[in-house]
Amino acid sequence: MFQITAKAFLNPTVVKMSVHAPEVAAKAQPGQFIILRADADGERIPLTMAEADRAKGDVTVIFQIVGAETTILSRKNAGDFIEDFVGPLGIPSHIEGLKKVCVIGGGVGCAIAYPVAKKLHEQGTIVHSVIGFRNRELVILEDEFRAVSDLLRLMSDDGSVGEKGLVTNALEELILAGEKYDEVIAIGPVIMMKFVSALTKKYNQKTVVSMNPIMIDGTGMCGGCRLLVDGAVKFACVDGPDFDGHLVDYDLLMKRNSMYREHEQAHLCRLTGEGAAVVGK
Amino acid sequence: MANKSLVKTPIPELQPEIRVTNFSEVALGYTPEQAKEEADRCLGCKKPPCVAGCPVGVQIPEFIAKIQEDDIEGAAEILKSKNLLPAICGRVCPQETQCEALCIRTKKGESVGVGRLERFVADATLDAAPPPRPAANGYKVAVVGSGPSGLTCAGELAGRGYAVTIFEALHKAGGVLVYGIPEFRLPKAIVARELQSLENLGVEIKTNSIVGRTFTVDELFAQGFAAVFIGSGAGLPSFLGIPGEAYNGVYSANEYLTRINLMKAYEKDARTPVQRAKRVCVIGGGNVAMDAARCARRIGAEVTIVYRRTEKELPARLEEIHHAKEEGVVFKLLTNPLRIEADDKGWVKSLHCQAMKLGEPDASGRARPIPIEGSEFDVETECVVMAIGNSPNPLISQTTEGLEVNRHGCLVLADEESMLTTRQGVYAGGDAVTGAATVILAMGAGKTAAQSIDQYIRADRV
Repeated sequence: MFQITAKAFLNPTVVKMSVHAPEVAAKAQPGQFIILRADADGERIPLTMAEADRAKGDVTVIFQIVGAETTILSRKNAGDFIEDFVGPLGIPSHIEGLKKVCVIGGGVGCAIAYPVAKKLHEQGTIVHSVIGFRNRELVILEDEFRAVSDLLRLMSDDGSVGEKGLVTNALEELILAGEKYDEVIAIGPVIMMKFVSALTKKYNQKTVVSMNPIMIDGTGMCGGCRLLVDGAVKFACVDGPDFDGHLVDYDLLMKRNSMYREHEQAHLCRLTGEGAAVVGK
Repeated sequence: MANKSLVKTPIPELQPEIRVTNFSEVALGYTPEQAKEEADRCLGCKKPPCVAGCPVGVQIPEFIAKIQEDDIEGAAEILKSKNLLPAICGRVCPQETQCEALCIRTKKGESVGVGRLERFVADATLDAAPPPRPAANGYKVAVVGSGPSGLTCAGELAGRGYAVTIFEALHKAGGVLVYGIPEFRLPKAIVARELQSLENLGVEIKTNSIVGRTFTVDELFAQGFAAVFIGSGAGLPSFLGIPGEAYNGVYSANEYLTRINLMKAYEKDARTPVQRAKRVCVIGGGNVAMDAARCARRIGAEVTIVYRRTEKELPARLEEIHHAKEEGVVFKLLTNPLRIEADDKGWVKSLHCQAMKLGEPDASGRARPIPIEGSEFDVETECVVMAIGNSPNPLISQTTEGLEVNRHGCLVLADEESMLTTRQGVYAGGDAVTGAATVILAMGAGKTAAQSIDQYIRADRV
C-alpha cells in the first residue's frame, strides 16, 4: 500500500497527486512513467511522472479524469492509500546537450511536458514553450511554464485565454520567424502530436513525441502497447515512451487507444450514475 | 494386492458442456479410494526407471508405497522433501513425457498415474502444520521473480536458514502460475497456499519491485545480499511479423491470458477489460495456445487453433489437446497465417492464410511445413491471439554489468552444473536461461541453483 501525501485539482478534470513511494522517487527521471492500481480490484494504469522528490520520497502524477480508474483515483485524498505503485518505467528523455528546444504541451500533456522543460532550463538550454488548452478553465501549470521558459506562447481554442489558435499555429510562426531548434518536444493528445509532427516534417525540424498507449505490465510482457514506428513494431513501455515524431503511425495508435472505449463507458456510467459525458476525448 | 488394470484409474472431471461456462478446475482429483486403487498399480520397482525422468528427483515408488499403506502424511513427507510445490506440479507437469514415460507398466498398457497421485497427496495435506522454521544463518539472498524457479530456489534456501527476499515485478506473486496458467488448470487458491507455506518458512515477497528498473542487481549486492538468483522467466512475447499485427483485436497470448487470469477479466464486474469476440483464432500449438483457446471458449467465443504442421507435431500436452477438443475448440492444421485484415475502424475482420504440406525434417527435427501454391484463403474472425512463444526480458541483462546473454536473449551460464552466470554471485535458472520451457524444468533449475548458492556462500564463510 502506498500513501497519498497531497492532492489538488488543477482544473475541474485534472488532478495532481503525490504518493509516498521512496524506491520509485529515488530512481525517477523526466520522461519515465509509473503504473498504479487505485484499489485491490483496480486496473493497472500507466501515468507519466510529473515530479519526484527524492528527499521526501514522494512521486507526483498529474492525470485527467477520463474513465473509471481515474474517477476512482480522483476520489481519494491525502492520507488515503492506493494499492499498487510501481516504477520507474520506460527510458528517460534524452535531453543532455540540447542548446535550444521548443517544448509543446497540449492539455493534460503539459503535466508531462513541464518537468522536461524544467530540466532543460536547469541545464541551461534555451526553452521556448507553446502550451495549448481548449479554454481558460482548463489551463494548468501556466506560471510554472513561464518560470522555466525564455519564451512562452499560451494558446486556446476559443481565445478565452492567451492567443486564439492551435499550438501548431504558434509553432509555425516561430519557425517562419527564423527560430531553429535542436529539438521540438511535443507532448499532448495523439492528434496534436500528429499535427505537430506533420508541420515540423515540412520544415525538416527534428521532433520527439511521448507515447501513451494502453498497457498492462509496463515491462515488455504484454505487448499491448505496441506501435508502428518507421514500419517496425515497437513497445512503448521498453523502447519508449519517447519516439521520433516523424516516424510514428499516429492513426493506428488512435485506433488502438479506442479499443476498450465501450467497456470504459459502461463502467463509468455505473460509477457516476450518469451518461459518459467525460469519456472519449 | 496389486492392481493389474492396464489403464489408469480415471480422474473425475467436470463435463465439457458445463466447464465451458465457467473457470472452475476441470480435473477434480482422486478420492482416497481412487488414489489407493491407482497406487496399487505401482509395482515398486527395485531400480525405478521413473525417478530418472523427474527433474527434481522425487522418490516416486517410495511415496506411492505410503499411499498403499494409507499413510498420506508419510507420502507427503517423502514428496515434499524433493518437491516444494507438489500441488502445482501434480497439475501442470508434463508427466507423460517425464516420469510416466519411463514407467515399467507402459511396456503393456498405461503408466502409473504419478501426477494424479502427487496431486492427491499434496491436496490431502495442504492444511498440515508447517515445518518449524530453521535457525537463521545470518546471510541474505535475493531471488528475482516469483515464478516456479524463483519459488523453488527461495524455498530451498530458506530451508537452509537463509533470509530470502523475492522481488516480483507485478502486484501479485506467482509469475506464470498466476498470470499465465488459467484458473481451470491451476486454481489460484492452490498457488496462494504454496506461497503461504514459503512465507511460513520466512521468505519475504516484495511485489511491485522491478529488478532492472526499481533496483539493479548491483544495488541488491550493496543492500547486503550475498548472492542473487535470477528467475525472471521468458516474458517477452513473440509476434509473427506479418502485416496487421497492431490492429485492434490482436493480442499476444501473454496479454490475453494476463487480462483474463491475473486481472480476472472473465468476471462480470471486472474493471480490466478483454475483448469479448464472437470468433477467436489462436495461432500456435503449444500449451499456451491451448490455455488461450480454452479461456476464449469460456468467455463465449467460437475458437479456432491455427497451426502450420499436423496434429502429430503439436507441442502441447496430449491432455490439453484432448480437453480443448472436448470443449469444442476447432483445429485448423497445416495452415499458416500470412496477414491480418481489418475493417476501416482498425478492428480485425479476418485472418488471411495459406495451406501447408509437410516436407523433410528441419533443424528442430520436425517436418518442415512447405506452402502450397495458390492455396490462400480467409478465416473470418474478430480476434487473433499470438501464442508462438516468448523470449527472456532484457531489463536485467541491460542494466547489469558482466551479465552475458546469447542471441536469443537467454542468460549465459558460465557453469551449467551450478547455474552460475557470467557474473560472480549471480545464479540463474528457468525460462530466463532456457527460453520458454516447463514449470518443472524451472523448478529443477531453481533447486540446483539454491544448492550452488549455499556452497558459494559457505565457501566464502571459511
